[in-house]
Amino acid sequence: MAVKADVGELLQQHPFFADMDPVVQEILVGCARNERFNAGSHLYREGQAADRIFLIRHGRVALELQVPGKNPIVVDTVDAGEVTGWSWLVPPYNWAMDARAMTLVRAISLDATCLRGKCEADPMVGYQLYKRFIPIMGKRLYAARRQLLDVYGSPR
Amino acid sequence: MLPAGSYWMSMAAPASELRSALAADPMVPARWRIDRRGRELSDVFTVELSPQDHPLPRHWSPGQFNMLYVFGAGEVAISISGDPANQYRLVHTVRAVGPTTEAMSRLRAGDNLGVRGPFGTDWPVVAAEGADLVFVAGGLGLAPLRPAILHALANRGRYGAVCIYFGARRPQDLLFRQQLERWRGRFDLEVEVTVDHAATDWSGPVGVVTKLIERGNFDPLSTTAFVCGPEVMMRFAAMELAGRGVDPDEIHLSMERNMKCAIAFCGHCQWGPHFVCKDGPVFPYGRVVDLLTITEL
Repeated sequence: MAVKADVGELLQQHPFFADMDPVVQEILVGCARNERFNAGSHLYREGQAADRIFLIRHGRVALELQVPGKNPIVVDTVDAGEVTGWSWLVPPYNWAMDARAMTLVRAISLDATCLRGKCEADPMVGYQLYKRFIPIMGKRLYAARRQLLDVYGSPR
Repeated sequence: MLPAGSYWMSMAAPASELRSALAADPMVPARWRIDRRGRELSDVFTVELSPQDHPLPRHWSPGQFNMLYVFGAGEVAISISGDPANQYRLVHTVRAVGPTTEAMSRLRAGDNLGVRGPFGTDWPVVAAEGADLVFVAGGLGLAPLRPAILHALANRGRYGAVCIYFGARRPQDLLFRQQLERWRGRFDLEVEVTVDHAATDWSGPVGVVTKLIERGNFDPLSTTAFVCGPEVMMRFAAMELAGRGVDPDEIHLSMERNMKCAIAFCGHCQWGPHFVCKDGPVFPYGRVVDLLTITEL
């Protein structure tokens, strides 16, 4: 129980949970776990089951795509206060890329099966979560589109 | 411009008078010698120039540009990228991208360039005293911002937080990398650099520059922002700044159009009701926000 209470405090401090109904927070804390990743280790790998989401508390995570015959390409980074991992929301619930700790990373992970179960059981929990995830997904999508423009390339 | 017939009249005048008359004509370039030429990136170089003609050139301010004339090749508008504390050493950072700039890239120390200017509006660094300063640069856009940054650093006590957010294509495309690293080493500056994509040996952020604005440590209600880079990047950066609460009239953008005469005669750089060479290149976002979304303008 003491561990749970600690995680609950950490959840409350994370911007993703700012202004969230305390009742919903209390429901979600049961899915949460405090985790640590050393620099160079992976939070998740492409193709594996998307079994968690990560609320980054400290450090930086690289989102990478593997390119056959070449080094991986970093396409985005996620820093403290941000969230990574929304493949748990979208069937078939597999990670679409790798997430590698660029530094020591401290994160709270939320178990995806547990989350989906609580969303099914109480639509208010699902609504609260989706209300937070959709703007993040939208922002990332717009950012990715702007990256596609390659605006800094030579005008030639 | 010289009055009609003044050239012939001045033929009989002393050479110094002729030089003064020509110096007053904004269409006549003065000779500046390349003292130093350095490569920044594979297609980007910097020239440092000293004046060869008298009288000495007019005072320039951060954000202004000169028309650089490569004799026998052509003329291009290039922003000043040097230190405003050193008025008689012009520094220009140029991407070799067309016949004139490619010809310029082949010049060496000791060669002469023609210079007309300075022209245009400046970054309002004096009016911004007392505020937090946010510099948002994209790609080569760091060059026109550098004089304003150097001014702010030379007068650091007159500003609140000073933040530099820089976006580039890849880590190997970072302009003024050594200087950026020195700035990052200061305790009174926030310098964040992001790239659009990177290999795994890059330890900085990856993503668009607006991400840096989103989490920047400045007070939006007391901030003056200077933004320079590709137009689409400036548009989104200005939107992000305004979204955080920065007054649109305190967000300044440096626009780029095809400038020819640089004195608002020829109309090549017309942008809606503005001539970028004279009314700009630095515009308050609040004044041009509607123009930025007009297709093909």
